[in-house]
Amino acid sequence: MEQQREAGTLGMWVFLVTEIMFFGGMFLAYTLYRSMFPAAFASASNHLDITLGAVNTGVLILSSFTMAMAVYFTQIGKRRPQILCLVLTLILGLTFLGIKAVEYHDKYTDRLIPGHLIPSAPFGPAVNEHGKPPDHHKLTLLTGATLPQVEMFYWIYFAMTGMHALHMIIGAGLLTFLLIYSIKGRFDPEYHSPVEVIGLYWHFVDIVWIFLFPLLYLLGRHLEHG
Amino acid sequence: MKAIESFETPRPSEVNYINAQYGLKSWLLTKDHKRIALLYLGSITFFFFIGGLYAMMIRLELLTPQGDLLQSTTYNKVFTQHGIIMIFFFLIPSIPATLGNFLIPMMIGAKDLAFPRINLLSWYIYLLGGIITIYALLAGGVDTGWTFYTPFSTTFSNSYVVAAGLGIFINGFSSILTGLNFIVTIHTMRAPGMTWFRMPLFIWSHYATSLIMILGTPVIAITVLLLAFERVSRVGIFDPGLGGDPVLFQHLFWFYSHPAVYIMVLPSMGVVSELVANFSRKNIFGYSFVAFSSLAIAVFGFLVWGHHLFVTPQSVYAGMIFSFLSFAVAIPSAIKVFNWTATLYRSSISYDTPMLYALGFIGLFTVGGMTGLFLASLAVDVHLSDTYFVVAHFHYIMVGGALMGYLGGLHYWWPKISGRMYPEGWGRFAALVIFVGFNLTFLPQFVAGYLGMPRRYHAYPPEFQVFNVLSTAGASILGFGMLIPAIYFVWSMRYGKHAEANPWHLPGLEWRTQSPPPTENFEVTPVVTWDAYEFAPREEIEVVGKFGPEAERI
Amino acid sequence: MQSWIPLVPDSASTFSWKVDALYFYLSGVTLFFTLLISAVLIFFVIRYRRRTPYEIPRPIAGSHKLETLWTIIPFLIAMTMFAWGARLYFEQYKPPQNAIEVYVVGKQWMWKLQHATGQREINELHVPVGRKIKLIMTSEDVIHDFFVPAFRTKTDVVPGRYTTLWFEATKPGKYHLFCAEYCGMNHSGMTGSVIVMEPREFDNWLSGNTGSTTPTVAGQQLFQTLGCVSCHGANGEGGRGPTLAGLFRREQQLEGGQKVIADEAYIKESITNPQAKIVAGFGPIMPTFQGQVTEDQLIQLIAFIKSLPGGAATPGASPAATPTEGPAPSPAATGSPTRNIR
Repeated sequence: MEQQREAGTLGMWVFLVTEIMFFGGMFLAYTLYRSMFPAAFASASNHLDITLGAVNTGVLILSSFTMAMAVYFTQIGKRRPQILCLVLTLILGLTFLGIKAVEYHDKYTDRLIPGHLIPSAPFGPAVNEHGKPPDHHKLTLLTGATLPQVEMFYWIYFAMTGMHALHMIIGAGLLTFLLIYSIKGRFDPEYHSPVEVIGLYWHFVDIVWIFLFPLLYLLGRHLEHG
Repeated sequence: MKAIESFETPRPSEVNYINAQYGLKSWLLTKDHKRIALLYLGSITFFFFIGGLYAMMIRLELLTPQGDLLQSTTYNKVFTQHGIIMIFFFLIPSIPATLGNFLIPMMIGAKDLAFPRINLLSWYIYLLGGIITIYALLAGGVDTGWTFYTPFSTTFSNSYVVAAGLGIFINGFSSILTGLNFIVTIHTMRAPGMTWFRMPLFIWSHYATSLIMILGTPVIAITVLLLAFERVSRVGIFDPGLGGDPVLFQHLFWFYSHPAVYIMVLPSMGVVSELVANFSRKNIFGYSFVAFSSLAIAVFGFLVWGHHLFVTPQSVYAGMIFSFLSFAVAIPSAIKVFNWTATLYRSSISYDTPMLYALGFIGLFTVGGMTGLFLASLAVDVHLSDTYFVVAHFHYIMVGGALMGYLGGLHYWWPKISGRMYPEGWGRFAALVIFVGFNLTFLPQFVAGYLGMPRRYHAYPPEFQVFNVLSTAGASILGFGMLIPAIYFVWSMRYGKHAEANPWHLPGLEWRTQSPPPTENFEVTPVVTWDAYEFAPREEIEVVGKFGPEAERI
Repeated sequence: MQSWIPLVPDSASTFSWKVDALYFYLSGVTLFFTLLISAVLIFFVIRYRRRTPYEIPRPIAGSHKLETLWTIIPFLIAMTMFAWGARLYFEQYKPPQNAIEVYVVGKQWMWKLQHATGQREINELHVPVGRKIKLIMTSEDVIHDFFVPAFRTKTDVVPGRYTTLWFEATKPGKYHLFCAEYCGMNHSGMTGSVIVMEPREFDNWLSGNTGSTTPTVAGQQLFQTLGCVSCHGANGEGGRGPTLAGLFRREQQLEGGQKVIADEAYIKESITNPQAKIVAGFGPIMPTFQGQVTEDQLIQLIAFIKSLPGGAATPGASPAATPTEGPAPSPAATGSPTRNIR
C-alpha cells in the first residue's frame, strides 16, 4: 500500500546516501594522491584501455535506460516488454562485468598489480623508464613519476573499480530475483515497488561509474602524444 | 476519578509480546521490534560487563606508579579493548537499539518499525561483529588503542588488528541499518494527527542520531577497510615508509569518530527530555528549541573533527576554523541544559529513580561539556592533549552523561518493557552510589591531566599517585553501584511488583497500552489530537498556581 | 604560579603563565556555570517537589527572550575563549627567527637529540635559560609526541616529515619530558628530562661535552662519501645538479612551472625521492638515497646544506637569489650539454 511504497523508496534513498559516504572516502584518497603525484597518475592512467572503458560506460548508460523502461512497463502493466527490458539490463550488466574482467586480466599479465610493480628477479620491470622506446604492453613513466606512486594509482584503481564491480554483482543478483518474480507475475501496476527500488540502486551504481571513468581513464591523455 | 487516572487504560489481557509465542525460534526469528530490543538489551549488557572488567584491570594497575600488575603489552591491550568494546559494542548501540527500537513505534502510534526484518538483520550483524571482535580478543588481543593510529597499526603492531577491524567494520552496518529504519519510520509511519511538532523529544533526538549514523558510519567503514588492506598488502596509504600519509588516517578516522560521540549522547539527551518532562509533570520549556538543537548538534558535529588534530602538523588556520566550530557546537547543548532546568520551574517534581538519573545527567553533562571547551581552546588543548584531562572529559560525557541517561530510561520504561516494577528504594540507593563513585573516579583525573600525566601510561611518575588512588577507589564504588541494578532488574522479572499499564500516570502514547504491550502495540491505531507533554488538567485538582486551557508564553 | 598549588605543574617557560591564565579563566567560567546550574537545580527540586499525589502544574511553553539570552551570552563567552586560545596558539606555533636549533629524532622507545654544536643526548635535553630554543623533530618509526608539561607545550613527532616546537625556558630546573602519543609497548617508558641551566652553567656543560662532530661537519663528510659532490660540487656550487649554496629557504623553480620553498622537508624529499620535484633546467638523473641514509644522517645532510653560504642561508633574509642555479661552473669541467637530458 501507499505508505509501504513510500517507506520503501525513502529507505532506498537513505541507503544510497550511505553508499555515497562510503565511496566518498575512496574519492578523497584519490583526490589527495592525484594532487600529490600528477605525473604518476597520468602515466598509470594512460595504460588503461580507453576503448574498453568507453564501451563499458556506454553499456552501463544503456542498461540504466533499459532499467528505467522496465520500471515504466511494470507501472503500465505490460509484462512482456517489462521482462524483456529486465533481461536486457541483466545482459548489459554482465557484459560490463565481462569487459572489466578482461581489463583486470590485462593488468595482471602486465603485472600492474599493487605489490608486484616493483621489479624483482627473475622478471623484468613492468614499467619503462622515461626515454626508453615505447612498448605496447608496458607502461611509460612520465617525468617526475616514480614506481611507488604508480602503485598507489593502481591500488586506488582496483579498490574503487573492485568495490564498484562488487556492487554490480549484487545488482545483477537483485535483477535475477526481479526477473524470476516478474516471470511469475508477481508485479503489476498496483505493486511494483521492488522494481522501482532496485531500479534506483542500479542507477546509483551507474552514476558512480560515470564519475570513475573520467577520473581513472582520462588523466593525462593529452600528454600521451605530446 | 482523578484526572490523571482518566488517561485511558485499556482493559488488561493476559497476552503480551513476551508470552505471545514461546520457544527459542520465536525469539531468534522474531520481527517484533520489542523482542529485538530485548535481544539487543541482553547482548549489550554482556559487552558492557566485559568492557567493565577491562576498566577494573586498568584502575587496579594504576594504583601504583610502577607497572607491577600487568606487563606493558597486556596493559596496552586492556585499554585498547576497553575502548573498542565500550564504544562500538556498548555506547553506540545502547539507547537506540534497546530503548529506541522498543519505544519509537509506540511513541508515534505505529505497530512496528518500517522494516522489521532489517531490524532483526541489524541484530545479527551486531552479533557477527561482536563475535569476530571477541575472537580477536581471545586469540591474542589488539594493542593499538581504539584509535588505531598509523603507522603503528599498519606496520608495527603485532596484534590482531585486521580481525578487530573486521569486527568493527561489520558492526558498522548494524548501526547504518538501525539509523535507516528509524528515519523511514519517523517520516512515514506516524499515527494520524501526530505531526512533527507533536512528537516526543525522544523521537527528535533519535532522528538526529540516525542522520549521523547513516552519514558517518560508512566513512569509518572505508577507513577500517583501507587500514586492513594496507596491513595485509603493504601498500602505503598511511605508512610514510611506503609513501603514504599517517595524518590522513587521523582525518578519516575522526571524521566519523567525532560525530560518533554525538550518536552516543544525543539519544541520552532524548531520554532526559522525557524524564524531566514526565517526572515534573510539565512540558519541556522551549520544546522547538530543544528539537532544533538536536538537529544542530548533528549537523555541526560533522564539522569539528579537526580538534582531535591540533597537535599534529595540521595547518594552523584549519585549526582555528575547527576551534571556532567546536565552540559553536557547544551552544545547542547549553541551550538544552537551560531548557531542562527551566522546565523544573514551577513544576511538580517527584524523586523517583529515573528523575535522579536525569538530574545527575544535567549536572555531570554540564561539567563534561564545559571541560570540552578547554579542549576546543587551541592553546590549552596543546597542553592538555593526550593527558588524563581528555580521559576525564570524555568519561564525564559518556558515563556521567550517556550512561546515566540510559539507566534512567531503563528504570523509567522498565514497567512497560517487563510488566514489573523495580524496587524503588534500591533504585535510589544505586543512583546515589553511582553518582558518588563516578565523581570520585573522574574528578581527580582532571587535575592529574593538567599536571601532565599522559594517557595510556601503565607506569607513571610517583607524584601522580594520589590522584590515581582516589580514582581507583571511586571506580570500585562505581563498579559496586552498577552491579546493584543488574541484580534487581533480573530479580524483578520474577519477583517484582506487577505494573499496571500506566504506573507513572503519564500522557505519552506508550503508556496508553498495557504493560507489557501486546505484539501489535495498540489494539486500535490512535488518533493524536494532543501535544507531546500535555497533562490534562481538571478543575477540582490542587494545582500549583492557577491555570488556563492554553499554554502561557512569558 | 608556585608548585605549592598542586593544581598546575612547574612553570618554566614563557608560555606557562599565559596558558595557566587561560586555564584559570576557563576553570572559573566552568565552575561558575556548574555551580549555578547545580544550585538552581537543587533549589527547584526542593521548592517544587510534589506535595500532593495528583497535582498538575501550569504548563509554560517557553520564552523567546530567555532563549535568545541564553544563546547569545554563552556564544559570546565562547568567543572570548576561542579568541584568547587562538591568539596564544598562533604565538606558540610560529617559531621565532633567531632560535637555537636542536634536532630531535624519536624512535621506539627513546629520544635522540643533537645540538647544532654537536652534543648528542639521549632522553635528556640541556638548554640555557632565557634563550629561544627550536626543536626540529622527526620519527624513525611511528608517531610520537614531545611533551614537556612545565613548558605547557607539545607537538606530534611524525615519521616522514619534520615538525617543530619552540619554547623559551624561564626557570632553571629539571622537568619531565613525556612521549604523549601512544607508540607501542614501552610508551610509558619513553620519558626523560629537560634540564634548564643558567647560561654559564650551560656553557660549561657544552664545553664538557664536546667530542662528537657537529651535524654540519658530519653532513659535509656524508656529502662527500655519498658522492653528492660529483653533481653538486664540493661546496654545493652546482654542475650536473642544481646549486645548493644558499638554497635553504629560497624559492625554487621546478620543471612544469611550479615554485616551492626549499625547506627541510624539500631537502629531505630531494634526497629520498628526487624524481618528485625536478628543478627547472635539469633532468631526472639524480638517484634516490631512500634506505641508504638514516634519519640522523638526513638531519646532518640538511644541516650541512643549510650552512652553505650564498645569500638566503640565514633564516629570515629575503630570498634575493634568482631561481636559476648560482655561480656558473666552468664550462670545461662540467660540460653544459649534459644538463638538459630528456
